[in-house]
Amino acid sequence: MRFFKIEQDYKAIVIGGSAGSFQVISKILGQLPGDFETPILMCLHRLRHVRHGFVEALNIKSSISIQEPYDKEPIRKGKFYLAPANYHLNVELGNTFALSTEELVNNSRPAIDLMFQSAAYAFRQRLVGILLSGANRDGAQGMKAIHEKGGLTVVQDPSDCLIDTMPSAALNITPIDHVLNVDDIIDFLLSLDRKVKQNRI
Amino acid sequence: MSSFRRRIQRILELYKFNSFENLLQKLSLGNQEFFHEFLSEITVNVTEMFRDPTFWIELREKILPELFSLNTNISIWHAGCSSGEEVVSMAIVLREMGMLDRARIVATDIDSAILKKAREASYSMKNMELNTKNYETAKGTQELSQYFEEKAGRALMDKTLIKDVMFREHNLVSGSAFSKFDLVLCRNVMIYFNQSLQNQVLKVFHESLFKNSYLAVGSKESLIWCEIANKFAVVNNEEKIYKKIKD
Repeated sequence: MRFFKIEQDYKAIVIGGSAGSFQVISKILGQLPGDFETPILMCLHRLRHVRHGFVEALNIKSSISIQEPYDKEPIRKGKFYLAPANYHLNVELGNTFALSTEELVNNSRPAIDLMFQSAAYAFRQRLVGILLSGANRDGAQGMKAIHEKGGLTVVQDPSDCLIDTMPSAALNITPIDHVLNVDDIIDFLLSLDRKVKQNRI
Repeated sequence: MSSFRRRIQRILELYKFNSFENLLQKLSLGNQEFFHEFLSEITVNVTEMFRDPTFWIELREKILPELFSLNTNISIWHAGCSSGEEVVSMAIVLREMGMLDRARIVATDIDSAILKKAREASYSMKNMELNTKNYETAKGTQELSQYFEEKAGRALMDKTLIKDVMFREHNLVSGSAFSKFDLVLCRNVMIYFNQSLQNQVLKVFHESLFKNSYLAVGSKESLIWCEIANKFAVVNNEEKIYKKIKD
């Protein structure tokens, strides 16, 4: 197991993924403890007109039950969230979600860029962004925004990805703090959670 | 706010304003034409026919039959109707139920330019594939293509569907109740409002509804954080249909 030195108290972790990310995110969620504290906000490309099935499939492995948030729902510690079908998921100041039906961005709704940019604006340096396997460039601008606000950026190692377009696009336009394979991403998150729990003691 | 910020940013780029202050200054000059352009840019007008098909099945099979069993005529308000896809969808459902003549439909929006589009009921053929798929999933009894004529890449909807619809300008935030309705649809509109505006708008809807009549919001909207949520009961949580239970 790899140990990561965590320098910051993070308010949230945002994770974006597309083609080839389902197995990865499923594995990650299954390895996190049931009392994982930092909220995880996920934006995964999905069929726009299928409202059901995706969150249920992720929940099979996840140690914490994942919810698709409602508009204006508060973001809570110890919760995992997934952007619902056919809506963009935004993070607002004051720790709440807001949904929108704006135009597709990068041919996607939900779009990772919009979620990451809004989260970067709301959480500034206290945000971790993780970008996984995917076949388009969504998320790259979002990772740039997170970096510019002083947040921490992590991408799945392109050589570890089923399709590396997404993390590679991010690596091309912004500095990335960690390039990790799936197991290391899990160790990173476990290190982060240990830090949160140590701080509390 | 994220959405609002993005749209402001877009307007700044579109009109080449150097700063938000410049935009405010321009708005404060009271130029009506610019204000209307601003309004069209700031509002989100992305919609589709029969969005959330299961919602339309619920309307067709439960809500509308119940309303017609209790009333000879019913009144429906589409609040924030945008380019009118939802109004057309409603008219199609009512016609297929044989009830279109028995419904008074009012459709409002803050943006007069988009209301004009709603009245024209001409949509890009590019969107019709999705609209048709939604219509079929929503258990439409005909073919959607029966309701429009294709011309130069546009689907011109059958105008008799909406001939009696009253389209009018109305501002949900500053406007008040103007009539009473059996069914109010305001789907994916209040998501652009903060909580205090949502509270305010819900009061207008409450005032605009007869007791035991219905309010429908978007599938991921919830009234539970609103001040007067207790005056409504959930009829269908999945499709976000509420009933006004208290005056």
